[in-house]
Amino acid sequence: MSTEDNFKRQERKAYRMVIILFSLFFVFIAGSFLHSKIKTYFGGNQSHTNKAAGTTIESGIKNGIHMRTGLIAAQGFMTVVNNCTSCHSSKIIIQNRMNKESWNTTIKWMQETQSLWDLGKNQEIIVNYLTNNYPIEDKGRRENLLDIYWYELEN
Amino acid sequence: MSVFATLIGSKIIFGANLLEGYMPLALEDSDPFKIFNKHEDMIVLNDKPWNIEAKAHLLDDKITPNSAMFVRNNGLLPEDLDAKKWTLTIDGESVIDKTTYTLADLQSKFKLHTYQLTIECGGNGRSEFNPPAKGNQWTIGAVHCATWTGVRLKDVLEDAGIKSDAVYIGFHATDIHLTGNSNKETISRGCPMSKALQDETILAFKMNGEAIPLVHGYPLRLVVGGWPASVSGKWVNRISVRNRIHDGAKMEGASYRIPCEPIAPGEKVKDENMCIIESMPVKSLITYPKSGAMIKKGQALTIRGHAWAGDLEVNKMEYSIDFGSTWTSCAIEKPANRLAWQHFKATINFPEKGYYEVWAKATDALGAAQPMIVPGWNPKGYLNNACHRIAVKVN
Repeated sequence: MSTEDNFKRQERKAYRMVIILFSLFFVFIAGSFLHSKIKTYFGGNQSHTNKAAGTTIESGIKNGIHMRTGLIAAQGFMTVVNNCTSCHSSKIIIQNRMNKESWNTTIKWMQETQSLWDLGKNQEIIVNYLTNNYPIEDKGRRENLLDIYWYELEN
Repeated sequence: MSVFATLIGSKIIFGANLLEGYMPLALEDSDPFKIFNKHEDMIVLNDKPWNIEAKAHLLDDKITPNSAMFVRNNGLLPEDLDAKKWTLTIDGESVIDKTTYTLADLQSKFKLHTYQLTIECGGNGRSEFNPPAKGNQWTIGAVHCATWTGVRLKDVLEDAGIKSDAVYIGFHATDIHLTGNSNKETISRGCPMSKALQDETILAFKMNGEAIPLVHGYPLRLVVGGWPASVSGKWVNRISVRNRIHDGAKMEGASYRIPCEPIAPGEKVKDENMCIIESMPVKSLITYPKSGAMIKKGQALTIRGHAWAGDLEVNKMEYSIDFGSTWTSCAIEKPANRLAWQHFKATINFPEKGYYEVWAKATDALGAAQPMIVPGWNPKGYLNNACHRIAVKVN
């Protein structure tokens, strides 16, 4: 590669970096701004809302799925995104299937041991979203083998 | 830097050493397969904290390479690790002299030992429980048997001195609680003295002959083969010798416990009726061929895999191609050392064309065999040691 090519490549890289840093800066400022607004609105005692506010900026839904989290974009999903994905990944939500009682117990456990805040009215929205969109399916005592990828095995 | 950290979802290790303007690797490429050198067929169950499992065919090696080793982290990866400054402190009510060792102290003062040790997550197989059990939905790949090199825990404990009232040890580590709260431990489990003092219970510096990868506990890991992997604490910097059962994070409640008396699926159990899991049950995996093999009529099929049984040895290994109506013996090797998994193989001739499942069943030294259906339901979905099976078509 010639020095000139290399220079151009470096230049592009630097340019990309500047754009990324600038965007990050903007997100950070917007987040802090929203944070201070919300803090004022709620009397400043809900320190967790800064993370929540940061996540409400993006949307990005494709085929009914929220792209960043993989959650089904149905009624209440942003409440789940805002309250549930600042500490842990959405992947642990999507993997699990529970009834309302078990989700409520899990929330209580998170409040007692994992510093989850009081969800107030949002708790019902969250639990309804989870049980409607990720319902329990009866798997019996042993399922058929699923998703078999067939291939020729030579000796 | 904190903005980067928020984006990546974890704090940046050696962050202070980053050159100005340098983009952390994880930000350019948050691909866990590259960060942790995992095989591209591994399954990421969770990314905060990292939980990654293998598929059966990835575990075909006799000694599991890093690329196929499952990851079960409870918190975020520790930061600012410096092996040169790392210390291990032995403390607790039942230690005679609270003692602190550097890694160099441990290596020079005590004899090094190397063992192949089977470590399986207590929740391996959780995905099959019905009704579903809470947590990461592991299928079959949360097990590995790597080579670990280190010093015996008993040598270190005896050097510090153990009081006669010692009953349990508990580890403490430097990983970061998901909330970022430095006063909370992510996981702090342990085992009774009888297990702690076994020859194969080691404080390891090396895995498969090299420094332990960060995600597997660099620079020091407690390795307790045959017991739930959560006892094998990563990033260990303190071990407490206790005069009671250790009460650290994830020792109590329903964590790594099963009902003391069997219950019906879905039944509720009070915490005080839950008992701590100790040795893992007998289990096996067919690691070759990969499920979905199509062969020609008359073509013999060689299968192979591994079997293990917690603290015990596997005495018998069998396979069935008729859903358990008949079983045929496999050849099974002795373990390389106590608590190492054992390798089996067999050659199968199928009687006619069609769809088959090859089922594998191990039996331990006390005569306990793997069940064909999912065993006793428990609230957190532990100890599913049901027979593994692969699909085969004869054309």
